[in-house]
Amino acid sequence: MTNHWVDIRNADLVLIMGGNAAEAHPCGFKWVTEAKAHNKARLIVVDPRFTRSAAIADYYAPIRTGTDIVFLGAVINYLLTNDKIQHEYVRNYTDLSFIVKEGFAFEQGLFSGYDAQARKYDKSSWDYELGDDGYVRTDPTFAHPRCVYNLLKQHYSRYTPEMVERICGTVQEKFLHIAEQIASTATTDRAMTIMYALGWTQHSVGSQMIRCAAMVQLLLGNIGIAGGGMNALRGHSNIQGFTDLGLLSNLLPGYLTLPGEKEQDYAKYIAARAPRPLRPNQLSYWQNYSKFHVSLMKAWWGDAATAQNDWGYEWLPKLDKAYDLLLAIELMNQGKMNGYICQGFNPLAAAPNKAKAIAGFSQLKYLIVMDPLATETSEFWRNHGEHNDVDPTKIQTEVFRLPTSLFAEEDGAFVNSGRWLQWHWKGAEPPGEARSDLEIMAGLFTRIRKLYQSEGGAYPDPIVKLAWPYANPDSPTADELAKEYSGRALKDLPDPKDPTRIIRKAGEQLAGFAELRDDGSTVSGCWIFCGAWGPTGNLMARRDNSDPTGIGNTLNWAWAWPANRRVLYNRASCDAGGKPFNPARKLVGWNGAAWGGADVPDYKADEDPANGMGPFIMLPEGVARLFARDAMNEGPFPEHYEPFETPLAANPLNPDQPLALNNPIARVFQGDREAFGKSDRFPHVATTYRLTEHFHYWTKHVELNAILQPEQFVEIGEALAKEIGVAAGERVRVTSNRGYITAVAMVTKRIKALRVDGKTVHTVGIPIHWGFTGTAKTGFLANTLTPVVGDGNSQTPEFKSFLVRVEKA
Amino acid sequence: MALQSLDIVRRSATTIPAPQARGATAGAVAKLIDVSKCIGCKACQVACMEWNDLRDEIGSCVGTYTNPPDLSDQSWTLMRFTEYENPKGDLEWLIRKDGCMHCADPGCLKACPSPGAIVQYANGIVDFHEENCIGCGYCITGCPFNVPRISKKDHKAYKCTLCSDRVAVGLEPACVKACPTGAIVFGSKTDMQRHAADRVEDLKSRGFDQAGLYDPSGVGGTHVMYVLHHADQPQLYADLPKDPQISAFVKVWKGISKPLALLGIAAAALTGFLHYVGIGPNETTREDEEAARRELEKPS
Amino acid sequence: MTDMTRRQFFKLTGATLVGSSLGLLGFAPGPALAEVRQFKLLRATEIRNTCPYCSVACGILMYSLGDRAKNAEANIIHIEGDPDHPVNRGTLCPKGAGLLDMVHSKSRLTHPEYRAPGSDKWQRISWDDALDRISRLLKADRDANFVAKNAEGQTVNRWITTGMLAASGATNEVGYLTHKVMRPMGLLVFDNQARV
Repeated sequence: MTNHWVDIRNADLVLIMGGNAAEAHPCGFKWVTEAKAHNKARLIVVDPRFTRSAAIADYYAPIRTGTDIVFLGAVINYLLTNDKIQHEYVRNYTDLSFIVKEGFAFEQGLFSGYDAQARKYDKSSWDYELGDDGYVRTDPTFAHPRCVYNLLKQHYSRYTPEMVERICGTVQEKFLHIAEQIASTATTDRAMTIMYALGWTQHSVGSQMIRCAAMVQLLLGNIGIAGGGMNALRGHSNIQGFTDLGLLSNLLPGYLTLPGEKEQDYAKYIAARAPRPLRPNQLSYWQNYSKFHVSLMKAWWGDAATAQNDWGYEWLPKLDKAYDLLLAIELMNQGKMNGYICQGFNPLAAAPNKAKAIAGFSQLKYLIVMDPLATETSEFWRNHGEHNDVDPTKIQTEVFRLPTSLFAEEDGAFVNSGRWLQWHWKGAEPPGEARSDLEIMAGLFTRIRKLYQSEGGAYPDPIVKLAWPYANPDSPTADELAKEYSGRALKDLPDPKDPTRIIRKAGEQLAGFAELRDDGSTVSGCWIFCGAWGPTGNLMARRDNSDPTGIGNTLNWAWAWPANRRVLYNRASCDAGGKPFNPARKLVGWNGAAWGGADVPDYKADEDPANGMGPFIMLPEGVARLFARDAMNEGPFPEHYEPFETPLAANPLNPDQPLALNNPIARVFQGDREAFGKSDRFPHVATTYRLTEHFHYWTKHVELNAILQPEQFVEIGEALAKEIGVAAGERVRVTSNRGYITAVAMVTKRIKALRVDGKTVHTVGIPIHWGFTGTAKTGFLANTLTPVVGDGNSQTPEFKSFLVRVEKA
Repeated sequence: MALQSLDIVRRSATTIPAPQARGATAGAVAKLIDVSKCIGCKACQVACMEWNDLRDEIGSCVGTYTNPPDLSDQSWTLMRFTEYENPKGDLEWLIRKDGCMHCADPGCLKACPSPGAIVQYANGIVDFHEENCIGCGYCITGCPFNVPRISKKDHKAYKCTLCSDRVAVGLEPACVKACPTGAIVFGSKTDMQRHAADRVEDLKSRGFDQAGLYDPSGVGGTHVMYVLHHADQPQLYADLPKDPQISAFVKVWKGISKPLALLGIAAAALTGFLHYVGIGPNETTREDEEAARRELEKPS
Repeated sequence: MTDMTRRQFFKLTGATLVGSSLGLLGFAPGPALAEVRQFKLLRATEIRNTCPYCSVACGILMYSLGDRAKNAEANIIHIEGDPDHPVNRGTLCPKGAGLLDMVHSKSRLTHPEYRAPGSDKWQRISWDDALDRISRLLKADRDANFVAKNAEGQTVNRWITTGMLAASGATNEVGYLTHKVMRPMGLLVFDNQARV
């Protein structure tokens, strides 16, 4: 979230699209009801189903799954055509006036530089035009034909209300009503927040859907303001924290990135990540990259990381590509992987195409599962009848199942969706012999280190030299680790402005990342968390919920990254002179000497706004990008592509270019492409989702939740039910080209058939919560049906849009 | 004894007046359920079961979100889901939290033949004290909202207590506390009426012209009230009665039959008196009741 | 009288009149009085925690049996929302409100287990046995398949035959330690729940 849960109450308009907050985040959704109750806010829900969020919405419109870019692109068109944009904001805080290089082009659904063979773009033409001074050329009058404003306008001119009706199945009248409501927030006294979740991420063009919505928000001046923002509602309690801590193939903690294999030179590795400003007097904060990187290397390798060895650069593995879950399972199927460790993760249920996951796990030599609960993954080899029909004798994988503690049995911090790090306390011992993950990871490490110390082996250096300063090496404490990722001084730190003054003594915890150095004198395992455990103690454990300004920021409750800031880009809530656009909802402001207010300013604290520094300080431009440059793989502007399993034969936006039917750069493995189904055999559009009564595959193990939704069901509209002759409560069989499930039919008025490109499209809703272990009635894992294809940028699987056939069981 | 320590103002099948001198000076309590804010998440159902140490059966899906399918001795509250297409053709998903309404004039208490099985506190809570319950089911007949349920385990009647154990120590009921969207609120009845008025005004501004408060006078008003978008049509909300009344059965019982029957009983008491007090009323009546039931349950 | 059946009439004029009417005759059944249920948390220990499900991260209060005296073993008996928490303000969703049954789930694992190749059952093993054998497996795979240099001779120091999926409901401290332990081994097949 750019903003945070409580801030939603500052909104005048709430758009829930690509998510279902009432269902998946009820206690966060409360702030929507608060905005409605106390702010007269209106709630709009756009979703293929009339959801629990829609149940209390002021306006609902249906949409065919996977077509959100058409809807949002048409909103952009509406805003530009009707001049409903926040002019001062877009002129000063976005790249609308920037001029794009000659050579950039878009034709028939493809941008310049496409290589059909490699399914990749050469992105070199997707950039700004630079002047001789090294800065981007701009045209503040927006007259230049290649300025971002004109390119944007041209690109989305094709996204009309008629096209929305034709592709999304949303009737024009409803679309226009919503566009008008959204446009009403272009004024400085009205804010719209957008709340989304996996309804946008789980598409082959998911990242571009989100980007498209962010562009709408930028045009309206709704980023960086109270009650605004792009608010990703993260799924799990600490998935934000695990992402922040970089537990992904290509990341290091704090969104630092692992080197690629071509990056053999440390200095070049750093330089590539510390871009020079693209406009005069911009901060380009990533220029501090080396400070964050070196502090991480010192946290990991301690004294062994030195300037001489480039702070242990060689010890970091170098990427040839990113190895996400989908690729991992593909490699297992190709027999290229031997072992897999699942820590509190149930990939048999979470990965697409269960049969492929089973086949992959069956080829592993060993699988290690750490979990508090008996997951399906840990029992993938066991025959559970129709729900998991495998032959254990044919599966040669060794499986270890290690019982772990859970939240109630450990101290530590979670990061919520609003980036708050909140500490929690242990209440009881785990059952039986269950152990904390800390103890398990430490137990594995100390054993492996000992083996390398005593017998040697492949490249032992990064293992045997790893810093392990914990009082009990087999069981580091949460406190020790939190202090380490927050950071401390290794030497006395002199004040850069006055070297005679020491700002931190050696050993002292640091107050924030501004104190980090790249000379090896500081340590911080995750720079964006620096200061969470500061010189005054554990700020994550703070419990002062006072809110003196009434804006809802509670700055002394827990601690938020970065720097305890609650609303990102909050400098953009003020005009160019530093005065709040909306004085009634002031976040920060310039008082002539410093920035301050109800939040920690997202800006250089003493920067006079007259100098023109932009509010988007992490970008070298200093302003937000409506033109993404090379940041996205499909192109600088979001373009609609159909889901890989689509009911349509052609993309109505680009009917004559078959390469533009689906995402032209999405990675599809050979066998997975063959496993795609076509609409002739699988005429119904399916989407998977969560119910509020359950949490993923956890709560089927929880009696109270099993009582609430005891048995697997699928939702179908009345028209489809009639067509296939099924009544509510009867069983149906849902088949995709990858497998089938059977379930109870929930026949509902909440899913309506849509008229799309001249044909009737029925949507089938498939809740995901059942499986073959647990307290609830056993059922099929819903991913038995889903296709293996990921988003073109994030490789998040396309769970929200695929084809099935529903029939009476 | 409990009558005064618990501020009991009414007690089933008892005519000895309760101590009356003390009252709920800060006002009776009430729970307000704003159906227009309810997302049907069932947090209230879980909070209720968790707090009251209940666990309903892990049943089946019968093709509706209402689960468990009905109130029971283990489910004292339940979300009832209704898909309603309004005259404009727009869909409304009406979700009503069902459960005891804590009537000011409680039909269950009036119908209950077992002394002290149902009580009403000065704060308005109507509570079942199961140790006194004989399982006759009259409370069900007496209830205009069809709320109490007889347990298969112990043949006693159960229903929402409005978390009398929590309210007794100054806390809000468990369902109220849990409700994520603030669709359930709790406070003095006058505060809840005022809160409801604000909500009704807001709903009217959103086009629900018939929004209103449901606090039916037929049962003397209730200590559980609803804000409805369509207060003119409460029956849309899974058959919430439009004008609930205590059933004729109870009126007859209290109004005509009882004085008449008393004459007969007085005669019987002369012979049965010593035996009766020796055994104790609860057990005797249960045996009598079961015998009577066997007799009466024959097809008629 | 219209909505009363003959059976109802029988019932109300029948035997059950007895008990309820005795009071009128002066036979007050004193022993039958009742009280509200005792408030069950009076001296339980209150611990502050965070709901482990979604990323709203609601504050919760866990109540455990006993006052933390040496001889009292803590056991969580009730969980409800933390009213001081700025986001949830005491509220919980149906998952959070049911956390007690997560803590005490019948599916909780209580000891390490091992499934041998081709076997159809678990066998119980000790922690030392489990961790020793896993460490051996990991090292053997790493030693056999570690890639120090790629085809172009560039130093890559990676290990891609074993992978890991990291948790999403574990603490920052677990996440940090997991990264610190696994990445230096050269692990690149590394992912978390963020993607799915």
